[in-house]
Amino acid sequence: MRDRITAFLVLLPSLVAVGIFVYGFIGQNLWVSFSDWGKNPTQALALRPELQFVGLENYRELFSGFVDVRFRQSVVNLIFFTLFFMAGTLGLGLLLAIALDRGPKGEGFFRTVFLFPMALSFVVTGTIWRWLLQPQGGVNVLPTLFGFPPFNFPWLTTRQQVLVFDWNQLPFYTALAVGLTLLYLAWQAHRGGERKRLFWSLLSSGLLLLWALTLGRNIRLLPYAEPHGFSLALVGVILAAVWQMSGYTMALYLAGLRGIPVEILEAAKVDGASEWQTYRYVIFPLLAPITLSALIVLGHIALKIFDLIFAMAGLDYAPTDVPAIYMYLLAFRGNQFAKGAAIGILLLLLVAMVVIPYLASQLRKEVRR
Amino acid sequence: MGRILLYTFLLLATLFFLLPVYLVILTALKEPARITLDTVWHWPNPVYWESFRVAWEAFRPKFQNSVILALSATVLSAVVGALNGYVLAKWPFRGSNLLFALMLFGMFIPYQSILIPLFQFVKAIGLYGTLWGLILVHVVYGIPIVTLIFKNYYSEIPDELVEAARIDGAGFFGIFRHVILPLSAPAFVVVAIWQFTQIWNEFLFAVTLTRPESQPITVALAQLAGGEAVKWNLPMAGAILAALPTLFVYIFLGRYFLRGLLAGSVKG
Repeated sequence: MRDRITAFLVLLPSLVAVGIFVYGFIGQNLWVSFSDWGKNPTQALALRPELQFVGLENYRELFSGFVDVRFRQSVVNLIFFTLFFMAGTLGLGLLLAIALDRGPKGEGFFRTVFLFPMALSFVVTGTIWRWLLQPQGGVNVLPTLFGFPPFNFPWLTTRQQVLVFDWNQLPFYTALAVGLTLLYLAWQAHRGGERKRLFWSLLSSGLLLLWALTLGRNIRLLPYAEPHGFSLALVGVILAAVWQMSGYTMALYLAGLRGIPVEILEAAKVDGASEWQTYRYVIFPLLAPITLSALIVLGHIALKIFDLIFAMAGLDYAPTDVPAIYMYLLAFRGNQFAKGAAIGILLLLLVAMVVIPYLASQLRKEVRR
Repeated sequence: MGRILLYTFLLLATLFFLLPVYLVILTALKEPARITLDTVWHWPNPVYWESFRVAWEAFRPKFQNSVILALSATVLSAVVGALNGYVLAKWPFRGSNLLFALMLFGMFIPYQSILIPLFQFVKAIGLYGTLWGLILVHVVYGIPIVTLIFKNYYSEIPDELVEAARIDGAGFFGIFRHVILPLSAPAFVVVAIWQFTQIWNEFLFAVTLTRPESQPITVALAQLAGGEAVKWNLPMAGAILAALPTLFVYIFLGRYFLRGLLAGSVKG
């Protein structure tokens, strides 16, 4: 009995620490995000500022206030960064893994080369790529070594945007994308014969799409049209991030490929499957769970990306802005703590949306076993 | 045909991964006056080692900060993790699983969501701008992942060993020292590598909670490279310095490095 008490007492400091630093701070941050901290100049100088409760005002301003147009561009940047970063990292990682799985000579060397950027910090990677992507140097002058004219894409310094849309359409597009994903899940459930899942995903998808096409189209976040798009300055940042992280997906996929029993591949061959068919119908489906975990991890990294952009473009450069950068800028340069806290809460919600379903499904799997 | 395609692809991929490194080394070895944008890919002539000396002078205090920070935070969190993992794996009590799950939540949160209260807190206890504040923060936010690794590892140790030691009259700490600890080396290695590389490379806490005299090298590097009219030989030499310790870990302890990577891949 004494030992049990000792055991609990040993664990207690960690429990208290996590309780304060995680749960307590999230709670306090939530309260700050509902306050007016930063609105009143006297608060900045006060040691214990008097805070007023203002409800969701900070959130409203971020999404539809006149001054926070930069936050909205940062959200759009984050969406595009996340999508292209995930696609690039998964794609390149898969290709590298397939190549290495075919047993080339010097496999160990290649693996080391593809994986070493994982050991670097995003700050080092960002510093390196900032130099590589100088408009008149680095990557752009590579072709001149072989007698070709230089590239002239200005990388980080461009202010050009493509895929421009009106901010007011964002709820519509979001509902559309989520609705279509759910529809796809319903289709999967239908093929797998899972009636209950089919019903729920079909229902929620239907409701979302219905909402999007009727009410969603007419939502007005702003009284005027505000164009935002994929900022091309992010291409360089995405390139650097893919350079750093694709070794990780390669390692995951390679472990997956090596884990596929030889008998299955033999069976496919006996059945007369071509190489492409083997990949399409045997190997890729077996790799799907790995893709899912990789997506969660990469999504988690992408949503809170900060140091890479800080090192590549700094805090004050709007074309590569993301919410984490804007949050830091607002809170620690501008003393706008309440708004910064609101962005922190929004990031937490985004990450929770990605991580909680994943953890729940993992947990269910473990229980089933 | 297939083989040619395979090796062409591998060669191109190798170029993609190594050309940046090559450029970093080239630039670091050039005289500042000779670094011009159109000749960046030319071999330095003459080779100029001075940049490393200057960069080392400039970065040495920050490098030392990083060493102290990463080493002490790693040691502390390994100790905390081992004890926590031991309690959760071998002395579970009512509700300990729930508490463990609640603890794990801490490794998924984006740190932006606690940054402002954390900043206030560290300031209030007088540790703002000190290395100790940063060490404390890293140890606390490292608790979930190190506890997870140790708990998983200790769950593999048969309960009979613990039971036998208990019958022999060993207590909580006796069992830990004589039964558990001697078996713990692999878990300590994984945790040490993971925490060391994470903390060495960390930036957000470091830039928020330190003053210039307590900055680790990541912050100093980001600020040097971010300055205008900078001569690029210095940031490049600095980048090499900042990367060396973790690269060293990767090259010599690669196997464990990968294991840590796969174990803790979702950590904030």
